[in-house]
Amino acid sequence: MAKITYRHPNGTETVVDVPVPNTVMRGAKINNIDGIEAQCGGSAQCGTCHVYVDEANTLPLPAMHESEDDVLYGTAAPRRATSRLSCQLPVSEEIDGLVVHLPETQS
Amino acid sequence: MAAPSVVVIGAGQAGSDTAAALRSQGFDGRITLVGAEGVPPYQRPPLSKQFLAGAGGGGDLALRPASFHAERDIEFVARDPAVRLDRDARRVALASGRTLGYRHLVLALGARPRRLAVPGGGLDGVLTLRTLTEAGRLRDAMRDTGRLLVVGGGFVGLEVAATARAAGLAVTVVESGPRLLARAVSGAMSAHLLAEHRAHGVRVLLSREVAALHGDGAGRVREAELAGGERIAADLVLVGIGAVPETALAAGAGLAVDDGVLVDRHLRTGDPAVYAIGDCARFPDPRTGRPLRLESVQNAADQARCVAAALCGAPRPYAALPWFWTEQFGLRLQIAGLGTGHDRVVTVGDPRTGRFSLLCYRGERLLATESVNRPADHMITRRLMGAGAPLPTPRQAAAPGFGFKEFRQTAAV
Ligand SMILES: Cc1cc2nc3c(=O)[nH]c(=O)nc-3n(C[C@H](O)[C@H](O)[C@H](O)COP(=O)(O)OP(=O)(O)OC[C@H]3O[C@@H](n4cnc5c(N)ncnc54)[C@H](O)[C@@H]3O)c2cc1C
Ligand code: FES
Repeated sequence: MAKITYRHPNGTETVVDVPVPNTVMRGAKINNIDGIEAQCGGSAQCGTCHVYVDEANTLPLPAMHESEDDVLYGTAAPRRATSRLSCQLPVSEEIDGLVVHLPETQS
Repeated sequence: MAAPSVVVIGAGQAGSDTAAALRSQGFDGRITLVGAEGVPPYQRPPLSKQFLAGAGGGGDLALRPASFHAERDIEFVARDPAVRLDRDARRVALASGRTLGYRHLVLALGARPRRLAVPGGGLDGVLTLRTLTEAGRLRDAMRDTGRLLVVGGGFVGLEVAATARAAGLAVTVVESGPRLLARAVSGAMSAHLLAEHRAHGVRVLLSREVAALHGDGAGRVREAELAGGERIAADLVLVGIGAVPETALAAGAGLAVDDGVLVDRHLRTGDPAVYAIGDCARFPDPRTGRPLRLESVQNAADQARCVAAALCGAPRPYAALPWFWTEQFGLRLQIAGLGTGHDRVVTVGDPRTGRFSLLCYRGERLLATESVNRPADHMITRRLMGAGAPLPTPRQAAAPGFGFKEFRQTAAV
């Protein structure tokens, strides 16, 4: 179980406990959080599960795989240094307390 | 009881997304989502891929968690197909006898697999794949049999062929056309996929038709007979020869139908209270004006949002850029745009490395990018095309060292 905070573009946030194993994308889906579309169901193809990891984050996130990096070239909201595909972020106890910001748009 | 404000018929990708988008866009009237299947809305793409390969149960496929409908005050009606539409009275009748009044109706009925109309087409072991139930049946049958015949070299057929081959089955694909996926991809991509399947040991027969299926004495399929007489042993047959849009409900109510429920650029039928979206609808292609019916998650999801916006008082013509993906033997093919009518193809990257894109042009105009394991090319094409931004000319794309990443930077878009 890890606590994940999803911050919406309007400033509100949803904090949920996400069971392990899961991804940050699935954590949003199973908790009915709007703002993550995930059209390809988590196979790093669509770019509609884009999130910005909080700038102050110091938790250990996995390095970006080349195909994730490639997909982030075409997200609907601008890519930033903190951009990730939430379907490529596995939930583990180590990332308890992670904060991600949802972009204005996914497609 | 007050009449429901919006009734959505069909609880698949398009219907579920419509209900969800209505709520997230602020719609506060009644929403009823009517499904024919016994389970809440789920994703179909994994049915021929991960699910069929044995990963995960059906529950992992759910589009939304079980609590979704209650939490958003959406009435979800399962296993009760709509059977009749009375537009004058604005009511739809369900199989159970229940009737629902509506102010707005959204038809999101999807499509059903086309049947194989040959002798023996109804034998045991002859399956189609559209629903979770059918996928479970196919998955179980694949465990018990060694020889699979796939009829049809389209996306569903080829994905099943690849999944089954990876699981160790002997697989034969029979395609009546001269190449695979003829309607969906360029000739060069067809050739690449053909080589890929053959390299993995799939027997692919092109320009050949199944004339009959023969069973054992007990009514179970054993053999396929091709036109010309060749016989192929098979204890399982997957028929993947395309899907027929579900139009009966609309046609029965006098709405115009032509291989899909006909809608305008706002996805509205001739009746302003009735919309049709997803696989069941034929809409004017925003780029050419020609009637178009697409079978993709992107199309279902984007049309759902478009209709929800209209019902929330912010109508805009449907203009989303089509895109699609498929996975076969770990090869990820992503298509952005529609290549229909292209007259030349520029290759970017080296197909022998398994990472390349085919750019389909009509004259100087890029119509579609077909990318194999090059997601950046796909994503950047989607963004540039969607924004109406300049795209690489054939000459630019053909230049040595061309890359979409660099192109996008220099184009500063
Ligand atoms: C095996 C498979 C693999 C696929 N792979 C991909 C892929 O990799 N990428 C991609 O982009 N697309 C893929 N697709 C296509 C994609 O799944 C469809 O385009 C998408 O599901 C269309 O959504 P829809 O809502 O229009 O139709 P559906 O999802 O089919 O939903 C329609 C629903 O309406 C219900 N219904 C029908 N008639 C009635 C009635 N009278 N009353 C009530 N309910 C009714 C049906 O039971 C069904 O549940 C795949 C499809 C299949 C079958
Ligand atoms: S869900 Fe499609 S890229 Fe993450």
